[in-house]
Amino acid sequence: MSWFAENGLLVGLALLDGLSYAAAVFMVAVGLNLVFGVMRVLNVAHGSLYAIGGYAAASLGLFVASLGAPPWAGLPVLLAAAVLVGALLGPLIERLLLRRMQDQEPVLQLLVTFALFMILEDLQKLAFGVQPVVFDAPLKWLGTVDVPFGADAIPFTAYQLYVLPGVALATLAILAVVLRYTLVGRMVVAVTVDREAARAMGIDAAKVTLLTFTAGAALAALGGALAAPTVSLVPGVGASTIVLSFAVVATAGLGQIEGAAVAALLIGLGRSFAVYVAPEFEVVVPYAIMVTVLLFRPQGLFGVAETRRI
Amino acid sequence: MSVLLSARDLRLAFGGLKAADGIDLDVEGGEFLAIIGPNGAGKTTFINMTTGYLKPQGGSIRFDGQPILGLSPRRIVALGIARSFQLPQLFTEHTVLQNVALAVAAREGRLSLMAPLLRRAFRDEAAELIGRFGLSGVAEARADALNEGTRKLVDIAMAVALRPRLIMMDEPTSGVAASEKMAIVETLVRVLRGAGVTAVFVEHDMDVVGRFADRVAVWGQGRIAALGPPREILNDPEVQRTVIGIVPAGGVHAPA
Amino acid sequence: MSRRAETLLALAGAALVVGLAYAVPWLRFVLTIALAKGLAVLGILLLLRAGQVSFGHALYLALAAYAVAFGTAVVPEALLLVPAAGLLAGLVGLVIGLFVVRYREIFFGMLNLALSMVFYSVLEKFYAITHGADGIRLGPVTFLGLPLAGETAEWTVLGLALVLVLGFGALVRVALASPWGEALAGIKTRETRLDFMGVSPRRVLLIAYVASAVMAGCGGALIALTTRHVTPALAYWTTSGELVFIAILGGAGSVLGPFLGAAAYELTRVYAAALVANAWQAVLGIVLLCVIVFAPGGLWGLIARRRRAA
Repeated sequence: MSWFAENGLLVGLALLDGLSYAAAVFMVAVGLNLVFGVMRVLNVAHGSLYAIGGYAAASLGLFVASLGAPPWAGLPVLLAAAVLVGALLGPLIERLLLRRMQDQEPVLQLLVTFALFMILEDLQKLAFGVQPVVFDAPLKWLGTVDVPFGADAIPFTAYQLYVLPGVALATLAILAVVLRYTLVGRMVVAVTVDREAARAMGIDAAKVTLLTFTAGAALAALGGALAAPTVSLVPGVGASTIVLSFAVVATAGLGQIEGAAVAALLIGLGRSFAVYVAPEFEVVVPYAIMVTVLLFRPQGLFGVAETRRI
Repeated sequence: MSVLLSARDLRLAFGGLKAADGIDLDVEGGEFLAIIGPNGAGKTTFINMTTGYLKPQGGSIRFDGQPILGLSPRRIVALGIARSFQLPQLFTEHTVLQNVALAVAAREGRLSLMAPLLRRAFRDEAAELIGRFGLSGVAEARADALNEGTRKLVDIAMAVALRPRLIMMDEPTSGVAASEKMAIVETLVRVLRGAGVTAVFVEHDMDVVGRFADRVAVWGQGRIAALGPPREILNDPEVQRTVIGIVPAGGVHAPA
Repeated sequence: MSRRAETLLALAGAALVVGLAYAVPWLRFVLTIALAKGLAVLGILLLLRAGQVSFGHALYLALAAYAVAFGTAVVPEALLLVPAAGLLAGLVGLVIGLFVVRYREIFFGMLNLALSMVFYSVLEKFYAITHGADGIRLGPVTFLGLPLAGETAEWTVLGLALVLVLGFGALVRVALASPWGEALAGIKTRETRLDFMGVSPRRVLLIAYVASAVMAGCGGALIALTTRHVTPALAYWTTSGELVFIAILGGAGSVLGPFLGAAAYELTRVYAAALVANAWQAVLGIVLLCVIVFAPGGLWGLIARRRRAA
């Protein structure tokens, strides 16, 4: 009781932090998982798309602000930057690179995305520099909200409270509806389940792959753009994001969309609690969660166990 | 003759499909027992249960008096049951000789690290076995470069290399050109009789069954519908209607 | 290629290394690092034989490097430090291996990645012991009781590296042709068959995993003795990626591949860093892409093809 009285606010803050953090992580991980489902390649460069999305959003936002745009313009700029990055880099990478590698060994496909990661990391440094970039206009414009927690109230930024989780939830809902009820979505699911059978049914698997990869790239960029106001962007942010997304995807199970949301929540909350309780373990917690899950469910929380065919 | 393999009241259902619904079956030492029946009747499931790949929901299997249910495939191999596969399971990047030699090495126990796989003893035994299967010509060919009939034989040769007392073969001639089938059967009869091994095999081709089997078990909806010598079973009108009629591969035995 | 030809090539390569190190003094450092990394990559090659990629072997590299760095304070003797560090890596590899050999492909790679990232953050966060990102300097080192310094030290560590490389290379060459080695390759093509031959694929893979940890450990110990300064960057996942990169660059077809790859990698890195300081990583990425697209057998594959054609 006394512990809670002393630390209750911390718990509340960790909860709020965890939620907004989970939202950003979910955006990246769900794209990664979507792409894996269709292409069977774990895209190591996915984290770079997150970083580039973040940098593009921050740069564009600072530029628009310097032109004297009103503060609310920051929000659409974030979105625009993400769409731009996804629409430009997604098709470029898929068309020029990954499509050519389709029939290669999985190991080589993975390595191709690793090579891409190395290239994008440097391109990002060349384009956006190595100095930390901060663009917190949307954060400031939306101000803070007092979140009631027991007898107290926790001041928390409205951006992290509403915008981040809101966009993540909307993304989850849109993805769920699109995959379940639209023709395009059904095609994506069909290719995920069995590429050859989908082809035999007349589905243009190449087009579905291109579309999915572009969507995945845009989601990663959107994750980066949304997180941009809450963090200062530094080189290496792509590398740390991708390993975190891997942890989310492996915890959820490969190819799982809703599962990614649950895993992102688990890992997001776990990490933010660690930040407040045992900061030295902050980075370890996501992997500890993942390893624990995989010990008991090798296919991930929501993954379907595959028996080896004989 | 003594009973080598004895299944009692085996039960296994996949959802609503009953692959085994109270199977009782004895395999005599030294006999060749064929299992026939329509697709999806549970024939392969029986092999999978006996070799440790699937665990039944009820019943028991004894091999040479010892209960083997729940044992891993590896333990069961060690007891003396080997199997071949409907889709040959070969190490595709290895040669035929390496495939068979690896089986020989595996039989010899712990895989050694410091002596070559193709040392004299293993190479000679593998080559001799490959010769018995009439495959000496392709011994140095990579396993993924073979035709289906040859793959089937290599698959079975690998099982024989384990020197089992019982071998379970899943459709040894399916996917093989009709012209090659009988040659494969002749080879198998010669090698397996020569090795003194007991054999259980699932088969759709009634000519193969007639030539190969000492006894035939008819599988139908998870139960054994009939059991007896091939002449009796294959000429049974009920079996002809339900099993052979459904499977067009029946050839001369198919009803007019 | 025949064992004789490979042995001759290996000895010629060793002679070339010594000759180059004599003629071009600054290459001594580069070549020692290349040999050390090649040793770690030799372990990666074992896992590649089974079709598995570890994105976490930097763990063993860094573990052994730190063990040597701490060890110099207790026992400064290089001839004790290197085997002890290799042994430690092997023991940790055994414990982790018992867990990870139950997984395949993406999960295998990602679990290794996750565990190495845990170790990385331990190195980073426990400043009191590890000095965090600053890393720690090695104390004075002796060889057979004689203090190592200056040029003598460079030659001694290079010699030690050559001995280890030739020794492990010969062992791996023999082991790969043994029943165990062929069964290891069988995990890649038809793992289930192994079970039905009475062989445990997990045990086969575990031996490879522990051996790979020992080799990565010896490589890490050599790196520590060469750079005389260890940092958490050794454990970062990009270091693991680098090892896999080198394996593909060199080619998995021969035990000589890793060393060919490591030499090419380190030299490319040195020249790329000198020519395009801001984009050396991108240059490496492009090299990797070119190798995968145009020479999937790696550099060794190119040589072997030429020999066959001749």
